[in-house]
Parts: sequence; structure tokens; C-alpha cells
Amino acid sequence: MENLAAIRSMIERHKRWDAAFAVFGLLCLMIGVLTFVTLFTEMAVNGASRLDWDFFTHYPSRRASQAGILSAWVGSTLVMLVTAVVAVPLGVASAVYLEEYAPKNWMTDIIEINITNLAGVPSIVYGLLALGLFVYQFGLGQSILSAGLTLALLILPVVIVATREAMRAIPRHIREGAYALGATQWQTVKDHLLPYSSPGILTGVIIGMARAIGETAPIITIGALTFIAFLPPSPVSLDPPYLSFEWLMSPFTVMPIQMFNWTSRPEAAFQSNAAAAGFVLVFMTLAMNGLAIWLRYRLRKNIKW
Amino acid sequence: MVNTMSSPTVLARPATHTDAETPVRKAEAKDLSFYYGAFQALKNIDMAVHEKKVTALIGPSGCGKSTFLRCFNRMHDLYPGNRYEGEIRFYPDDTNLLGRDVDPIEVRMRISMVFQKPNPFPKSIFENVAYGLRVRGLRSRRALEEKVEQALRGAGLWDEAKDRLQDLAFNLSGGQQQRLCIARALATDPEMLLFDEPTSALDPIATGIIEELIHNLKNKVTILIVTHNMQQAARVSDYTAYMYLGELVEFGVTDEIFIKPTKKETEDYITGRFG
Repeated sequence: MENLAAIRSMIERHKRWDAAFAVFGLLCLMIGVLTFVTLFTEMAVNGASRLDWDFFTHYPSRRASQAGILSAWVGSTLVMLVTAVVAVPLGVASAVYLEEYAPKNWMTDIIEINITNLAGVPSIVYGLLALGLFVYQFGLGQSILSAGLTLALLILPVVIVATREAMRAIPRHIREGAYALGATQWQTVKDHLLPYSSPGILTGVIIGMARAIGETAPIITIGALTFIAFLPPSPVSLDPPYLSFEWLMSPFTVMPIQMFNWTSRPEAAFQSNAAAAGFVLVFMTLAMNGLAIWLRYRLRKNIKW
Repeated sequence: MVNTMSSPTVLARPATHTDAETPVRKAEAKDLSFYYGAFQALKNIDMAVHEKKVTALIGPSGCGKSTFLRCFNRMHDLYPGNRYEGEIRFYPDDTNLLGRDVDPIEVRMRISMVFQKPNPFPKSIFENVAYGLRVRGLRSRRALEEKVEQALRGAGLWDEAKDRLQDLAFNLSGGQQQRLCIARALATDPEMLLFDEPTSALDPIATGIIEELIHNLKNKVTILIVTHNMQQAARVSDYTAYMYLGELVEFGVTDEIFIKPTKKETEDYITGRFG
């Protein structure tokens, strides 16, 4: 019986560490969560007075009360569109090649290490590269296309890594099942590996896009304007040929640049504008992440092994 | 013992079974060796697989029986560093399945495989069975439906699945999933069917159903089955091969292997005195 008492007191002592860690962990978690909630609330409160329909439908203006984010959100949306259209096929195809087709040797090992490292390259470096390559060398100018291509390069490693990981998560016996039926590599990729890894690929793409939408440095580097009082030409028109790609070459601005521009103004009224724009930007990012979670949930429901 | 319907014969001893039919060779391994990198997993195997018979591969874990089985549909080609030596002749056209000029995809179109763990694709029941046909370019809805029904009937799954063909395959039970995989393998009318321990993940009832299925299937197709369960080999097979450490120790008619094996090692293994 004495022994049992000793065991009990020992368990009691050990359990104190459980309680201690639970408190410590909760504190650590709260530092992160509370900081974000505070920032977000502050932006919402400061910008609340500006968050109305006019704010979304007005161009920037010298008068804070009339300034809006129309050119910025349209610019951000179009740049994101270019980014997605370029980064997804490039990234997914690269990942499929590396994972399924490439011979496993030191060359592919080096490429693999490089891709992982690319994800860590500061975004301003991409900006410099894009300035030299897209803006001057290819003569694309300070356009939506240049910005979209730059951000596509920036998120390419994220898309590649996410795709490869999603494909690697597919068990070996599923691949073997397809090959055993006489499928070629391409049939296996298109009928099985891509569909089954699509939740992971989508998540990677959206996380990359959420990062890209907030990028300021590379966009400033390639020379996006800070004051744009017009919209890019419309991609669709009523006259033949109905579709136009002129908007790709249009000057533009994006949300973070508009925000940056307003924060650097001395007038207090513009700080409200910056806060309101910040709120919209964070909301856009959260909405994208929300979409990622929802899509992943929807698609994963049908995939089990 | 289930298989008493006809006493099959090995060519080596026709005298004891004069009234039996002469088995026809479907495939024959000739001096087959296999290497995982530097490790030799199969050593100079010579063995015939008879047409429309069930041949069981038995032996302790790591003896190379699965490795041998996976040579028949060139599954080893999927991974780098694997190497075959020798031949597997496939009849009636006398093709060397392991030949450099023979496309592994062609081999897999002729020889289907059922895996150890049921591995249905995360698609509908219908699409699972139809996949092999789609790979072969079959597009007509009507033809697909017909073939799928035929395959599901062949695998004894039609009655359970006919009202839920569009359901996801993983909603089936483990045993049903394995029969679905058999249907998938059957749908393309293979000449030979490989089973890699098909019941090791199943309960005894599901196992019994699969064994009966295998027994019925041999009228249509040549079967090679790996099993770690000796009773199963005795129940379902016409011929048995005992393998040990990458070598084929003994091969013969199942009844004879189990009743009077010629080699001491075989006897020790099947009587459980092994090791």
C-alpha cells in the first residue's frame, strides 16, 4: 500500500508538467492570435467610416474622402488572373515531370534542391529579375502582364512543391493498380494522379496566390504606378473580335501599393483610407484561404485509399 | 480438398495418371533470375504455368514468391535498379515476356493482376471496372456497360453492386472491394491472372468467397497465385511451387506436393516444422 501511495504522488508530480505546459502553450498561441485580431480590428475600426460602395467604385483622389480603390482592386484581380494562368500549368507540369518522368539521378536531385531554395528567395530579387527580363529584355513594359509573370515566378516553387507532395501522398498500390491494367504513364497521370492530387494542388495554388496578392516589393520594382485614375481596357467588347488582350499591356496599380501610397501621406484622413484598403486586402486573403479549405474538404470527401 | 474434379498431371510422371488430360503450357520461366540492385532475389528458376489451371506459389516471407509473380506483368519495370535475367516464355505465341523488345504495357494488357490489399481507385464502382477498357480505347457506353456487367458477374459481385454502380468503390466492404479488383482485372479478358496474396487482408468468410471464385475462374483463365496460407494453396490450386531464399525448391501437382513431397525442405515447411 505504501508503494501505491508513492506511485500516486509521483503521477501527481508528473501531471503538474502537463498543466504547466498547457498554460504555456495557450499563452504562446494567444500572442499570435491576439496580435492578429487586434491589428485586424484596428484596421476595421479605423477604416469603417470609408468602407462603403463608393470606396470600391472610385479612383484614387487628392481628396481623401473621395478616394477609392477601384483601380487597385481591379489591378490586383487582373494580376492574380495572369499569375494563376501562368503558374498553375507551369508548376503542375514541372511537378508531374519531376515526380513521374524524370530519371532519379544527381541532376534531378540538384533541380529539386534548387526548387526548394527558390521558395526562400526574397521577393525583391524576383522584382529585379523581372525588371531586367520582362520589362526591358522582352519589352513588356510596366504592365499587368509583367506583374503577373513576376508573381507567377514567385509562387512557382510553392505550386511545384505542393503538387509533388500531393502526388507523393498517393499510395503506391493505387499507381500499381493503374499500371497493372496496362495504362501508360500519361494515362496514369491524367486519369489518376492529377485527379487524386487536385485537392493538394488547389490548396498549394491558393496559398501561393494569397501570398502573391499581398506582395509589394517586386511590383514596385518593376515600376507599377501609384496613382492610376483609369481602368485597363475591357477584355470583352460588343464589337468584333469581342475579345481583347490589350489589358495585359496596361499600366496598373495593386492593393498593397495603393495602401502604401496612402500611408505615406501626411493627412490623417488618408490613414483611414489605408486602413480600409488594408481591411479589404486581408479580407481578400482570408477569403482565398477559406476557399482553399472548402475546396479541399469538398474534393477530399471522394478520395480515400 | 476442393480440387478432385480431374487429376492433373505433370509431364514428368505421366505413368501414374494415364487417363488424365495433358496440361498445356501457358507460360514458362526459363533460368529466371531477378535482382533488386545488387541483391539477387530470384535464382535460376525454371517453372511452367499450365493453361486454365491454378498454380500456387508458397514459401516463407522473403522467399521471392511475390517477386517472381511480379515478373510476369513486368511490375518491376516501374522502379529503377531492377534487373531480370533469363526468360519467361508466354504461349501460344512464344513471346519472351521479359524481352527488351517487348513493351511491358503489352504484357500487362495480356496478364492482369490482383493485389494483396484491395486497391480500388477512388472512383465509382462502374469506373473502376471500366478503367482497363477505357485504357484500351473503348468508348461506347453500351459496350462498356455490357463488359462491366459481365466482369462483375464473373467476380460474383453483380447482385450486390448492380443497384449502386455509381457509388464510390470504397463504400464497399473489404471483401467486396477485392472482388471489385478481380472484376477490374477480368473486364479486359486477360489470358492470365496474377493474385498476390489476395485474401491476406480479408476475414475468413470473405476469404472463402474469393477462394471459391478463384476455383471457378480457372475454367476461363490461367491463374498464378501467391499465398502465405498453405491450406489455401491446397484448397485452390492444381499445381504448387515451394520457394525458399529465391530458389524454386519443388514444383508439382498440389495433391502430391502436400501428400508426399519429394524434398525434405518442402515437407518440413508444409508440416510446420520449418526453421
